[in-house]
Amino acid sequence: MAYTKKVIEHFENPKNIGSLDKNSLNVGTGLVGAPECGDVMKLQVEIDETTHIIKDAKFKTFGCGSAIASSSLATEWLKGKTIDQAMAIRNTDIVEELSLPPIKIHCSVLAEDAIKAAIGDYLKKNEAKKAGTEAVAVKA
Amino acid sequence: MKLPIYLDYHSTTPVDPEVFKTMAPYFTEVFGNAASRNHEYGWTAEAAVEHARLQVAQLIGATDKEIIFTSGATESNNLALLGVAEMYAEKGNHIITSPIEHKAILDTCAHLERKGYEITYLEVDQYGMVSPESVRDAITDKTILVSIMMANNEIGTINPMAEIGKVCKEKGVLFHTDAVQGVGKIEVDVQKMGIDLLSLTAHKIYGPKGVGALYVRRKNPRVRVSAMVHGGGHERGMRSGTLNVPGIVGLGKAAEMARKNLNTDIPRIKALRDRLWDGIRSQLDEVYLNGHPTERLPINLNVSFAYVEGESLMMGMKELAVSSGSACTSASLEPSYVLKAIGVGEDLAHTSIRYSLGKFTTEEEVDYAIEKTVSTVRKLRDLSPLYEMAKEGIDLKTVAWTGH
Repeated sequence: MAYTKKVIEHFENPKNIGSLDKNSLNVGTGLVGAPECGDVMKLQVEIDETTHIIKDAKFKTFGCGSAIASSSLATEWLKGKTIDQAMAIRNTDIVEELSLPPIKIHCSVLAEDAIKAAIGDYLKKNEAKKAGTEAVAVKA
Repeated sequence: MKLPIYLDYHSTTPVDPEVFKTMAPYFTEVFGNAASRNHEYGWTAEAAVEHARLQVAQLIGATDKEIIFTSGATESNNLALLGVAEMYAEKGNHIITSPIEHKAILDTCAHLERKGYEITYLEVDQYGMVSPESVRDAITDKTILVSIMMANNEIGTINPMAEIGKVCKEKGVLFHTDAVQGVGKIEVDVQKMGIDLLSLTAHKIYGPKGVGALYVRRKNPRVRVSAMVHGGGHERGMRSGTLNVPGIVGLGKAAEMARKNLNTDIPRIKALRDRLWDGIRSQLDEVYLNGHPTERLPINLNVSFAYVEGESLMMGMKELAVSSGSACTSASLEPSYVLKAIGVGEDLAHTSIRYSLGKFTTEEEVDYAIEKTVSTVRKLRDLSPLYEMAKEGIDLKTVAWTGH
């Protein structure tokens, strides 16, 4: 299969590889896919708690070149976006940007899932925190 | 050193320049139809075909009259299975094979199943080997044919041909083998191995594409197959159609060279293959050999690189022309059925790479391949969440994955 230039560029020079501290309250982690299916993405976002803007995004991906390119592109797009803007990213945007062929569309779906999972994780953590502070406030 | 380095000799081989040179006149000068019995053009073409027939026969310990020329091993396999099924339909309707045969066998068996034949797919062991005992146990009074590949094209495991042949002989059942990956790489003798039908092709032994042969035993027992291609009664009535004279000449020359060079080329290739494997496993952890450790083709190396997906690995080392059992490289999005049948988990099947070496492979190329493989695996493991999790001590089997 021939790859598009953009896929090759992201594959050869992936952006934002690495890990953020998954225990930090400002970090949301999404882990999607399965080794048996041939692709697993871990995508993390670090969010500013007052502005709700994504300050940093990192990924690690086990998968084909298109899966790696999709996650690399996703982290590039995430930085500087608000939570709402990030949640609005669609897999079709990734397909279009990377010109993915039909057989590789699932890579873009996985990237969208990873974004949603990471932000979902952040929101869950922070709701718990909010609930925690409210409980403390009531007590006081 | 020419890039990319060709390490895919299982899939095809270049035509040897000497083979090409032998073929050349048969396109333009000696162009006669080998079936033209009434003039010089036909006679010379026929003589060339008969010479090639002998060359092919000698490679496998057969006689020239037992060689039927075809368009390749897919046709040979079809002719063996369909031809025997039809010819011996009165005797029975049961065929025994293995689940890791080439698709030319499996798809033909599926076709026969739809037509009412019964097919038994023997289990193979963890190395992809068929046991002669399991063949014996599967034979019934309805069995007309056992078809077991000589060596596997993905994992290189060599089956115990002589032992399986012996069982078939004892039980009076015909034995066919798809020997595409065996001939030219290991010593093949249809007498010693008790083989009744054997498929081979030119393009895996440095001959041209589009030409192959089926060996059909003529004595003890005399085997007959019903023709699948009709029209003129060529090839003892088993395969009609004007003979591909240049192709057949090429196959003959390639067979002769394979026989003569077996004891010089093969040990050299095997040493290079071992060098490749040693180079890889001495520098990387968690790499697993697929297939048999010793009973394997000297040209084959099939390795799973845990935590690194096969297609991305191939993309990362595009200077190497290899193949992968990863689903992403197949149209079906399913990982290799061969690896699955030998019990390699789907997670590891996705990480497999098949290297296959040949007579034009050099030490310099192998060293380059080692370096490229090691650096690419390291790079992709740095990128792999699975490698990171494994290093953190997480058992990946216990993770609740969100498969899709």
